[in-house]
Amino acid sequence: MAKDTPPRWDRRMQQRLARGEAAALGELYDRFASLVHSLAHRVLDDSEAADRITREVFGYVWENPDVFDPRQGSMRSWIAKLARLHAVNRLRQLETAAHQASGGGDAEELEQKIREASAAARADYIVTSMPAPLRAALDLAYFQRRDYRQTAADLGVTEDEARRRLRLGLQLLSSANTRPLEGSSPPGTGRSL
Amino acid sequence: MTGPFDGGRDGGRRDPDEPDGVRGIPRIPGQRAAADDLEPPAADVLRRALEGAARAAQAARESREREEPDEPDERDEQHGDAGTADEATVPEPDGVTGDAAWAVTDGVTGDTAPGTAHEPAHPPDPADPPDPAEEPHMRAPAPEPAGPPPSHSVLKSLLGAWALAACSPEETTHVEDHLTECAPCADEALKLRDAVGLLQADRNLDLPPLLRSRVLENCLDRRAARIPVPVWATPYDAETARLDALLRDIGDAEWHAPLQLKWFEKEETATRRATVAGVIGHLMTVDGLVASALGLDDPLGASAPQSPTDRTEALWRAAHSPPTRTIHEPWRDQSHTLIRTVSFAGRGVAELSVSYGEFALPLRDAMIDRAFECWIHGWDIANAVVYPYPAPSGPHLHAMINLATQLIPSTLAARRRAGLASPAQQLVVPGSPGRSLHLEVEGAGGGDWYIALDSPAAVGSAERSVAQVALDDVEFCQLVAGHISPDEAAAGQDGDRDAIRDVLFAAASLSRL
Repeated sequence: MAKDTPPRWDRRMQQRLARGEAAALGELYDRFASLVHSLAHRVLDDSEAADRITREVFGYVWENPDVFDPRQGSMRSWIAKLARLHAVNRLRQLETAAHQASGGGDAEELEQKIREASAAARADYIVTSMPAPLRAALDLAYFQRRDYRQTAADLGVTEDEARRRLRLGLQLLSSANTRPLEGSSPPGTGRSL
Repeated sequence: MTGPFDGGRDGGRRDPDEPDGVRGIPRIPGQRAAADDLEPPAADVLRRALEGAARAAQAARESREREEPDEPDERDEQHGDAGTADEATVPEPDGVTGDAAWAVTDGVTGDTAPGTAHEPAHPPDPADPPDPAEEPHMRAPAPEPAGPPPSHSVLKSLLGAWALAACSPEETTHVEDHLTECAPCADEALKLRDAVGLLQADRNLDLPPLLRSRVLENCLDRRAARIPVPVWATPYDAETARLDALLRDIGDAEWHAPLQLKWFEKEETATRRATVAGVIGHLMTVDGLVASALGLDDPLGASAPQSPTDRTEALWRAAHSPPTRTIHEPWRDQSHTLIRTVSFAGRGVAELSVSYGEFALPLRDAMIDRAFECWIHGWDIANAVVYPYPAPSGPHLHAMINLATQLIPSTLAARRRAGLASPAQQLVVPGSPGRSLHLEVEGAGGGDWYIALDSPAAVGSAERSVAQVALDDVEFCQLVAGHISPDEAAAGQDGDRDAIRDVLFAAASLSRL
């Protein structure tokens, strides 16, 4: 879906949201709800919590469509980022509360947990956004346990090509680990639902 | 949080919520959407890969211009697989990249890749001497264990496969030996192996079906819509969204899954074989009646027939080959356009007449009718592809049942004229209470309805009810859809048996292809 999202669709959607068109909100949900929900679920590992994040993120976008800047990237990536930030923020709240309830523990452990959850969500997003040929190669080699020669044969490409795809796919994925911790309050999370 | 969140672009804008935003690299013009969707580190990797590939292709072109055509060029330097003819691979049909450039490069360092992405490939001649600059190659698929290790560039290209444990044992040994002596490769190997830990199976969680309405409600509470979707169009909005979500989840082959359409005709259940894609075509074609009433393009063209059945037959007849998933997008586009158009059309549009050929409905009812069909056929499709498909929300189900009960008296009258129903017993002044049947529908969409028996002009009345039928909400809808016959509608029944029979048969007669 992301692949046929031209910048024009993004800008048009932004205008429609800005002028308060409820039908546009529905279309926005149809396009991005499963992305938002799955990223939130990856971070929080809880369906109800993911529902809540989905409400928050769409609420924020509906109230603040002007914050989206098409020059900074696609609407899809903006919304994915909002989802991750809201979810990580929520995880921090929950973990901090649990931390305090249990009389406090290792603060570094808490940070590590949040870092990992955030990286997992970034990785998920990268996988859904990478070029499909890379994803297909990773899928074969990792999930279906094919070696790279079998992967090459399955995809109808040379073995050279299969090696390159696997390497480039992992390079993309590894960038999920290189981002600094995101923990400050994301936009809109202060609001009640 | 830090950093711009997408594509490494520097649009010269600071996100107000990111006071310490780190700028990405300057924007490279003409990037593809895939890079737009990725955040900076990943986008940069992909971007470098693309640039490297472009350079490699350019270098290869230039080198081919310089060299004799049959001279081995650097293209062969990295061949692990001498038998593989096609180096310029990846004609991916999905069109993600539109070109194969990203695939033939070294993504990390951007160093010149050996591939020649845009050239017509020619098979390397096995007799060709290896490039003297290169060490001997490993020969796929079974390298000599005792042979010399592959070149550095081959070993580097194996790092991804190695991290995924997708190499042969010999290659694994060679790579691991190499990692002890090559720091950059060791560094990358570590990163790639960590990245493997981030791969997680797609759990394919279905969104809770009612989440959509809860999310939209929450939004509209926070900021009221200036252009709302009319309340009578919300069932259509919800049902098309549900079906759309199902359709996005199914594979190409499932679009051809066979299913049997059922409806009630000539006093019995009629059936018709179709496919998932054929049913979507049917929905789109009949929705087209609403589109043309609104002045939008009719998907069947200007001179299309008006009856839903004729329209569907025309569509199915006109198709030269079986319909495929390509029908999805036009169907969805039309449904989105309908919702949008009725939102902008203003209040009076609710009464706009939508002709179905033999009868007409005001737009507000036509949209409920289309929502109903969308649900029923979504259910047909879900059964065919083994997918859960719950009933619509209570209020939407209620609106659908309400519409059916309003249509029953005139259908009953038509059946009476055709000799299919018992004679009218007490004609009353139009608009006054007449002999009625009490329809008690249970469930979230349920309620009590009083259906006038003797004339569509009479008003249903509790006081004058002569019979009572109790049914579950979904069961009643199945009856109206012709999915169960009037005799099967095992309802709680009480009172005038002719009245009960007449109403149940009239309800089933509302169904059509």
